[in-house]
This record gives sequence, C-alpha cells and structure tokens, in this order.
Amino acid sequence: MGRITLKQVTKTFGDVNVIPPLDLEINDGEFVVFVGPSGCGKSTLLRLIAGLEDVTSGVIEIDGTDATHLPPAKRGLAMVFQSYALYPHMSVRKNIAFPLKMAGIDQQAIEEKVTSAAKVLNLTDYLERRPGQLSGGQRQRVAIGRAIVREPEAFLFDEPLSNLDAALRVNMRLEISQLHQDLATTMIYVTHDQVEAMTMADKIVVLQAGIIEQVGSPLELYNSPANQFVAGFIGSPKMNFIGGKTAAEHKAETIGVRPEHFILSDKKSAGAWEARIGVAEHLGSDTFFHVDAGDKGILTVRAIGEMGLRHGDKCWITPDKNRIHRFTADGKTIGK
Amino acid sequence: MATQHSRSAARFMMAPAVILLLGWMLVPLVMTLFFSFKKYLPLRGDSMANGLEWVGFENYVRFISSSSFWPSISATLIIVGGVLLITVVFGIALALLLDQPMWGQGIVRILVIAPFFVMPTVSALLWKNMFMDPVNGFFAHMLKSVGMQPIEFLSQHSLLSIITIVSWQWLPFATLILLTATQSLDGEQLEAAEMDGASWPSRFIHIILPHLSRAITVVILIQTIFLLGIFAEIFVTTGGAFGTKTLTYLIYQRVLESQNVGLGSAGGVYAIILANIVAIFLMRIVGKNLDA
Repeated sequence: MGRITLKQVTKTFGDVNVIPPLDLEINDGEFVVFVGPSGCGKSTLLRLIAGLEDVTSGVIEIDGTDATHLPPAKRGLAMVFQSYALYPHMSVRKNIAFPLKMAGIDQQAIEEKVTSAAKVLNLTDYLERRPGQLSGGQRQRVAIGRAIVREPEAFLFDEPLSNLDAALRVNMRLEISQLHQDLATTMIYVTHDQVEAMTMADKIVVLQAGIIEQVGSPLELYNSPANQFVAGFIGSPKMNFIGGKTAAEHKAETIGVRPEHFILSDKKSAGAWEARIGVAEHLGSDTFFHVDAGDKGILTVRAIGEMGLRHGDKCWITPDKNRIHRFTADGKTIGK
Repeated sequence: MATQHSRSAARFMMAPAVILLLGWMLVPLVMTLFFSFKKYLPLRGDSMANGLEWVGFENYVRFISSSSFWPSISATLIIVGGVLLITVVFGIALALLLDQPMWGQGIVRILVIAPFFVMPTVSALLWKNMFMDPVNGFFAHMLKSVGMQPIEFLSQHSLLSIITIVSWQWLPFATLILLTATQSLDGEQLEAAEMDGASWPSRFIHIILPHLSRAITVVILIQTIFLLGIFAEIFVTTGGAFGTKTLTYLIYQRVLESQNVGLGSAGGVYAIILANIVAIFLMRIVGKNLDA
C-alpha cells in the first residue's frame, strides 16, 4: 500500500520560504506527476517525501502512519535520481542487489530477485558490466531495477528522463507507464516537461513557487484550468492569451484560446478575425502558423498539414466559442 | 597536423631537454656504479687523479655483511609503513570532517595544510625541543603536572617518535588529496545509498572508500617515494641512534662519517634496488586501481 498524505507541510532554507503550507493527498496505486517551471519546488517536495530533506513544519503520513521524522530507508520508498546515481565501481548485478544486501536478505533470495528484475528490464545480458559501460537508457533501467527489487510502497522519480535523447525519452516514458500498469504501485514523478506529465499521469500536480496551482487529471487540467498559469503551462504549443477590447467583449480581463481551437481559413466568415500569416512550422501531420492578428497580437494557430497558405497571405481565424477561457485581472478563471 | 616534417622537427626541438634530463639522471647513476666497484677513501689519499683501485664486489659484500645493514632496512620499512598507515587513516578521517560545511572552513583548511609548508629540519627541531624534550618539552610538563615521570621519547620510543614527526608533516598532503577526492563524490550516490537502507558505516565501506581508492593509491605511491629518502628528521633528532638508522642514513654515515665513498656507493645501489622492489610491490597491490 502506498497512500501518502501531506498536511500543512512547509520548507524553508534559511530565510527563503521554498514551500509555503501545502496539503496533498496521493492515493494508493496512483501515478502522480509534479510539474512546474524550474525552481518551483517540485524536486524539494519529492525530497521531503523521500526523507532526504527535513520538513520545517507539518506532517507527512505514509499509509496513515506519521513518517515525518522517519529516516529515508525506513519509509519504504524507492527513488530514481536524475543522474541515476549508480555506484560506478559495482557491476550492474551488484548495483541492483545493493538495497537487498543492505536489508540483510540471504544470497539465494537476492540472486532470484535480481535475475527476475533484470529480465523485466531487459538487462540480463548486461549484469556483469559496470555502469560506465552502459548507454544512457540502460543506466536508467538499472536505476529503476535497483528501485523495484525493494518492492517499495511507492516509487519516486526525480526528472529521470531529462538526460536522455528525444527518441529514447519517448521509449522510456512508455516503459515507465507499462511498469506502473504491471506493478500497480504508487509512483510520484517530477518533471518540468508538460508532455511527460500529460502522457503518463493519472493525476497532475501543477506547482509554481511552492504553491499548488491545481491538482487534477490531465484532461481536467487541459479542459478547465483553474487559472491563467495552468492554462499556459499545460498544452503544447502554449495557449494564446488576448487582452484589451477583444477580452472585454467576453467580459474578461484576458481570454485564452488554444492553437488547436482556432479554425484557419482563407475565406472570410462570420465571427472570424482577420490576420496575416507569419512563420509556419510544418510538422507533417499538423502545421503551426504564427499569425499577426493586428491588435490581438501574434497568435499561434494549428492547421492541417497541407494548407497552401504562404508567408504574408491574408487569412481569417475563427475561435471555437465553447473553448474560450476567460480570466480575471489576477489570473483566476471565470466560470462558464 | 602531424606530418613527417613536423614530427622530426618536434623531435629535434625536444632533444636538448631530453638529453639534459637523461644526463642529470645517468651521470650520477653511472658514477655511483663506478665508485661502488672501487676502493675510494679520500682521507687515505685516494683520489681520481691517482687512479682508484678496482675491488670488484668487495664493497657490496662489506655493506651487506655489516651489522647495521638489516636493522637499517627494517627501520626504513617500519618508518615508511607507519607513516603511510597513519597519514592514510587520519587523512581520510580529516578529509571527511573538512568536507562538512562549517563556520570558518577556509581558515581551518589553511591551518590543516600549514604543516606541509614547514621545512623538515624545522619541524623536527620543533618537535624535538618543544614537545618531546624530557626537561622542557610540552609532554614532559604535562606528565609532571599529573605527577608522572617524563618520557624520553627520542631514546625510549625513538622509531615511534620519528614516525609521529614525519606523519605530522605528511598528513596535510594526504588530507589535501583525499579532500579533493571526497569533494568529487556525487552527492546523489550517497543519497541513493541512504534510500537503499545503507547505514553510515556501510555507506563508508561501499560508496566512499571505493570512490577514494584511486586517491589513496596516489597518496601511497607519492609518499613512499619521498619517505624512503627521509633524512633531515633523523639527522636533527636522533642522529641515527636508538635504532633509527635508515638505509639512507647508513649510506650518509658510510660516505661522510667514515669517508668511504666506495662503500657508500655500494649502499646507494642497494637503495636503488630496495626502492624498486617496494615500487613493484606497490604497483602490484594498488596499481590496478589506476587502470579503472
């Protein structure tokens, strides 16, 4: 079981208040992603849960028991670090066996667990190698192997994919998701990449400056962001924000429309905004046009792959009326 | 870049330095070998101008059959081994302590390194007169203040005293090298080990010590090279008495006190052989650490 509850947790480093009082509930078996811009306190929060940092005040409960002052090893959590933190002088086998050896498990049982973990992670052929002789993705898998042999209550991942190249990152993303399906263990995953958050999470926690901006499923955050920060952070490319007269027409300080909620056309139609095509980014399946919509500013618009519009052409964009997000002056979402 | 022409030019330009260094090493070596086969007693009128008598291996036999030879070898090895043990063990301990964040870190580090800058003669004199002197020394005062008999360190515990003095000088060197190695240890590895349930002693044995092994190798190798030749500390404190006569000191005595250049040179050749034996052993034991 891996139910983790944070109650009024705070953390200060000297005079700097990194995490103001924070409450969070993580249910058993959930894949929770902490996401936010760098320096938002998401790694600190993970390290507080791991026990690598002491909380300044508040309570951390794991499975209903107070774990606030337990040493990291006693919390039953396993962590995968950004740098993998493999032990360079030990073979892959010894790396994976290390936590079991420290727990004093007998040699035979260790052998079995290491072998089965290696099989799950496709590491059987590399067990006798040193970490230095492995590729980035293999090292990542060894780090995960070292975590799963312990059969922890929950896994903690600290930006585990940021050192991998783009193709491998997509692969490992799938592997970690698959692992979560197979093990059904609680996983807490820290990343600054909203694509990772959207694709993997059951529940996303969006953080900014140590404050939880919103908690919810990926689609909840996408469809009904609680505020302008979440609206801008979730979704790629970013949501377009338009102020001034256009926003006032919708009785808001700012309105937001995602690039995919525009209809781009070369013919004028009712309710369309006139614009001029700027830079186009062709992705094959989609094309992102950066259009100059006069007083509404430069907007990003998604269109199908083949559009036939060129730089400087006049065009008309129509926002989807039901998909316009409205925000107050202090960034709060105005209800429909 | 490396054309035939530039390579031969490079060789030509390096030649003076190589020849100079080679000469610097070879000339004394050849002269030592030359003298070791000759009878050369300057006070008895022997000189290069008169021509020296060839005596074959007589000097070698005399040097090794002297009653001082084997004790000098054992004294040398005890001093080198003792100093290595003390500097490595305390060096690791100090390095780990100095790596902790603390107030006044910079000044503390400079203080720790300071003994290395004191010249060997000076530090030996300081220890001899300020600490170990049985009448005026600090230790003597301490013992007398609690009503105990002062210890005559340099005569009663001569080897231990010299090991202490030399260790005090070399500890900063070991600490400095080991500290830089400690600082290069990835903090996440220690945190990972902590999460894996490793207590502090097992983190030390399984993570820190293997990480330091290369630095320890370097410390042992460099110190051995210098410690085999320690001289000033013995000259200033015991003058080779009370079983502190090392091989280096014995050679000095043969050449300068007995004025027997041939015999001393034979000793010098033995010293070269001893140094090489020790070096081979060390390379065997710790050399594999340098490959990885």
